[in-house]
Amino acid sequence: MKKPLLALGTLALALSATVSAETLRFATDASYPPFSKQGADGKMTGFDPDIAQALCAVMKAKCEIVPQDFDGIIPALNAKKFDAVIASMNITEERKKAVDFSDKYYNMASRLVAKQGAQINAAWFKGKKIGVLRSSIQEKYARDTFAKQGAQLVSYGKAPESFMDLKAGRVDAAFVDAAVGDTDFVKTPNGKGFALVGPDYNDPKYFGVGSGIAVRKGDKALLARINGALKQIRADGSYDKIQKKYFSFDIYGK
Amino acid sequence: MIDLNLIIERFPAFLGGTDGAPIMSTSDGLQLTLELLGLSLAFGLLLAVPMALMLVSRNKWVARPVWLYTYVFRGTPLLVQLFIIYYGLSQFDWVRDSWAWEYLREAYVCAILAFTLNTAAYTTEILAGQIRNTHYGEIEAAKAMGMGKWLMMRRIVIPSALRRALPAYSNEVVMMMQSTSIAGLVTLADLTGVARRVFSDTYMPFEPFLTVAGIYLVMTFALVWLFKKAEQRWLAYLAPRKH
Repeated sequence: MKKPLLALGTLALALSATVSAETLRFATDASYPPFSKQGADGKMTGFDPDIAQALCAVMKAKCEIVPQDFDGIIPALNAKKFDAVIASMNITEERKKAVDFSDKYYNMASRLVAKQGAQINAAWFKGKKIGVLRSSIQEKYARDTFAKQGAQLVSYGKAPESFMDLKAGRVDAAFVDAAVGDTDFVKTPNGKGFALVGPDYNDPKYFGVGSGIAVRKGDKALLARINGALKQIRADGSYDKIQKKYFSFDIYGK
Repeated sequence: MIDLNLIIERFPAFLGGTDGAPIMSTSDGLQLTLELLGLSLAFGLLLAVPMALMLVSRNKWVARPVWLYTYVFRGTPLLVQLFIIYYGLSQFDWVRDSWAWEYLREAYVCAILAFTLNTAAYTTEILAGQIRNTHYGEIEAAKAMGMGKWLMMRRIVIPSALRRALPAYSNEVVMMMQSTSIAGLVTLADLTGVARRVFSDTYMPFEPFLTVAGIYLVMTFALVWLFKKAEQRWLAYLAPRKH
């Protein structure tokens, strides 16, 4: 009589153990290679999800990666669709009003992608169409500078859409993170004849101090754990290992 | 809950006044939606009249191609058609090298093309149905007057079918107005495109989409009212007797 009861008790104990293994849901941009990319099997790969997995390993949590279009990612975070955002999101004053940021996990300049040999100067922008991601910092910068020099901005929901239109000739340049333009377009067969042109754009007023992991405002406990885990993966070499997988240069910055 | 200030502050953006610019200074928002709707309905109707005549033809070599056209365009989602025209066509070098590319490179033209082809398919079916429904008395009368086939079509069948198509066509116009909201997915800043921009600038979903829903509702009321007036004028002879 006692035995089945005991068995049931052990089962309940075992169940509660599985439940208590905490799951953290990290959102990444659905398509922002090499930072994030959805494989044919639906699994997210890339620098951002890999860093998320490394952080979760340190935090002893189970990681769930949720792909999400960039332009709706902050509202979805605040609507509790996930717990944190690791989507190459630059830390800016404006975004800090909506979310809290971790320390930076990388800092990289933005560049223009255009036909090889394009000479970028103030006069070049007149009458040119420039593709940007909707609500990206590049869009804000471009609106305040390129548009004032006569360029017309075309907003996209995803980076590959802007590259496709660049290749087709609908826009004259795309304005994106340097590594994204390089790996996802210039180095692919589609990007033949195109190159990263013009200077590095990294005005801290627009581009902030780098990219951070965003959590809901006031989620201090999670933020502290993420910052601690970030320090640890920087120190123990797992950050460098992931970085080497995707980039030939250091993207952490100073 | 809902930030009324945000709605008031951002309202000019829907009327072409982004970033504090005066309203109507750009064609973003309402104007673009009306342009997309007006142009595609006009071209669509122009295409639909001859196609409806072809569809009711007894010659299957004339009727079948139109049947296939309406079948394909009514059987696939408009969004898919738009993506095929916008992203699909640009993949072919021969398209990009042709004279048409000057127009097809513009998202605006691609959207109007997709909307036109789509509404033309539905309108063709609406008109063809009404042509088939023409009362035999009208046809007999026309024949008795000695009208030939084409004269009868031009004077009797088509005007009569167009009038009787009004109620069904008004539905198509309202549906089309709502369908223009997908133009934002190919970079155009129509009403919904502007709402998405405000949404991603402010991270507030409710306010911009409620605003834009309100604008669409007002437009629907206006269209329904216009069609009611048109029906009172041109369908009066079919209305039930009032005395």
